[in-house]
Amino acid sequence: MRHFGLLLTRDLRLAVRRPGQTLLPIGFFAMVTALFPLALSPRLEELRGIAPGVLWVGALLAALLSLDHLLRDDAADGTLEQLVAASESLLSLVLAKVAAHWLLTGLPLALLAPLLGAGLGVPVTAMPGVILALVLGTVCLSLLGAAAAALTLGARRGGILLTLLTLPLAVPVVIFGARATKLVIEGANAAGAFYLLAAVTVLALTLAPLATAAVLRIAVE
Amino acid sequence: MVFTWFHRLGSPPHIYRLSERLSPWLTWSTALLIAAGLYGGLVSSPPDYQQGDGFRIIYVHAPSAWLSLMIYSCMATAAAVGLIWRMKVAHAVAASCAGVGAAFTAVSLITGMLWGKPMWGAYWVWDPRLTAQLILLFLFFGYMALRASYDDASRADRLSAWLAVIGIVNVPIVKFSVEWWNSLHQAPSVMKLARASMPASMLVPLLLMFAGFTVFFLAFLSVRLRAEILRREKHSAWVREMVANA
Amino acid sequence: MKCAYLLAVHSLGGRTAKKAANSARTDYNAGMLDVVLEVRDLRVLRGERAVLKKINLRLGVGQYLELRGANGSGKTTLLRALAGLLPIESGGVVWGGAPLATDRSAFRSESLYLGHDAPLKADFSAVENLHYWIGLRRPLQRHEIEAALSKVGLPVAAQLRPTRQLSAGQRRRVSLAALLLARVRLWLLDEPTTQLDADGQAMFAGLVAEHLRAGGIAVAAMHAPLAPAPAARQELVLAAA
Repeated sequence: MRHFGLLLTRDLRLAVRRPGQTLLPIGFFAMVTALFPLALSPRLEELRGIAPGVLWVGALLAALLSLDHLLRDDAADGTLEQLVAASESLLSLVLAKVAAHWLLTGLPLALLAPLLGAGLGVPVTAMPGVILALVLGTVCLSLLGAAAAALTLGARRGGILLTLLTLPLAVPVVIFGARATKLVIEGANAAGAFYLLAAVTVLALTLAPLATAAVLRIAVE
Repeated sequence: MVFTWFHRLGSPPHIYRLSERLSPWLTWSTALLIAAGLYGGLVSSPPDYQQGDGFRIIYVHAPSAWLSLMIYSCMATAAAVGLIWRMKVAHAVAASCAGVGAAFTAVSLITGMLWGKPMWGAYWVWDPRLTAQLILLFLFFGYMALRASYDDASRADRLSAWLAVIGIVNVPIVKFSVEWWNSLHQAPSVMKLARASMPASMLVPLLLMFAGFTVFFLAFLSVRLRAEILRREKHSAWVREMVANA
Repeated sequence: MKCAYLLAVHSLGGRTAKKAANSARTDYNAGMLDVVLEVRDLRVLRGERAVLKKINLRLGVGQYLELRGANGSGKTTLLRALAGLLPIESGGVVWGGAPLATDRSAFRSESLYLGHDAPLKADFSAVENLHYWIGLRRPLQRHEIEAALSKVGLPVAAQLRPTRQLSAGQRRRVSLAALLLARVRLWLLDEPTTQLDADGQAMFAGLVAEHLRAGGIAVAAMHAPLAPAPAARQELVLAAA
């Protein structure tokens, strides 16, 4: 627990020192969602139909954008090697990394979504549901992304590869998440979609950190 | 002894010789099965009363689709064995599976699209089977790309093995999510095989093609695996000895 | 027997490690209690190439081992393999009588590896870096960190600046302060003096001497011998493969 706390505060403190890098994915998300009305049409009724897709694809791409830094910075300056050499289990390191990534990317994206959703014709009553879906979904994306980031840590062209590995893994999250968002916007019963989304996230939470921890040992060799 | 058997499985020269011995048998049974299947499918069975001759693409499409998933499972199993027992031959098997698996996934996608044109009037429909195949293709591509981006063979083996294992957990979830997604949008799913209603004149050639494709994969694997073993063991004594004697 | 070849060398490695452990225990009983770190017939691969072959070491309390050899002879590989950052193909490492192949936890908390470059976050100050780096091993007080940094000769003003503004020699001094704070028995050092000035090199020799007097062990890859040389000095010259 002390390890987890120390590693998490370390990453959060570092993020504060580099505001540009930290805010980049959030700015990217805002920009991408703002482009859709410009490219399609300003009519809110029309935009409302595509709002879930826009929000989810935007969030996925924004999360991917920041994943590349998740482990690569630590590997480059040698701090990751120190952590691996000193730690009997890398689980707390992986969980701290995932938590930091989610707090810095996933949570801001979810909180920003209602604001951007308003521009896409999402009704105010749907906002809590939109936030909840993105909160659950981005946790899962951070977990899967961390595994992919560990796999591509020492690879040539790691950044592009990271995207190629994460996208197929993220398909179920996007399907369930976008569906839950759509039902919430339509005012229909979205419980089923939310349960599936939560189930995928819980599964990722149980399995992905174990895999990531094992992969990290191989990655620092 | 179980251990002796297990040790033999892990030995590159033993596997090399075994696959060399099996290779002609596998090749000939592939040829026979596929020839019989093609004759049954293209010549002796009558055209479908609804789809005409267009349905005959099923003799390639369905076995390819089955094989793509089967090969991915084989690859993930071999990868897991390689990780757990540190068996280098298992990693070589996994490496040999990727290319042929991706090829069959692509074949099933292309034949699916060709079939789709007369069926739906469009080359691509977001049918759940086709969609799941497309994502499987991405998984194969990711595996191959990850392998190719590491120079060190041992790291490439272990890291790509983890990806294959993560992927195999993901495959059924993707399949379920895509079917769930599709059922909500009520798109037609025509590619159901409806085995119960299929006449024997169609079913028998189809089963022959399934068997033929599967044996083809084994035949291909035995050749590919030998190449992979030679590449990995090129500095070892037994390979040098074999080359000197040849 | 044919099957002797068979399975990968790993399983053989495991067996060797166990055997080594047993014989090491026998050695202790025979009255050679001071052997703490023992390496037997170590073999490490990089890619398909065996960078290290048949490495044997025995180090006891208060002993200093200097690794010598040309560039590419495997000094870094040996240190990283000992630190558990590289897989060991065969052979065994025994720490305090227990083989590392079965249990690494004691070794992890009793050793510190310092690589070529100081593992520092450029945006953090020296104090913050040590707080997060060595703080993972044991809780640190701020004054402890400042005392250690002063001891290795980093001026107070430089202790609070982001380490990106420090010189290479100053960054190296920060990682030497990490050695002091970690309070570990085994130091694994990869060319610890390269970026240090003459004053810094003398300071480092003093740190090593102090560490050895306190019963510590140090293994260092060096281009030039440490001066003044510690009394209990061993040398291992690695030949380029």
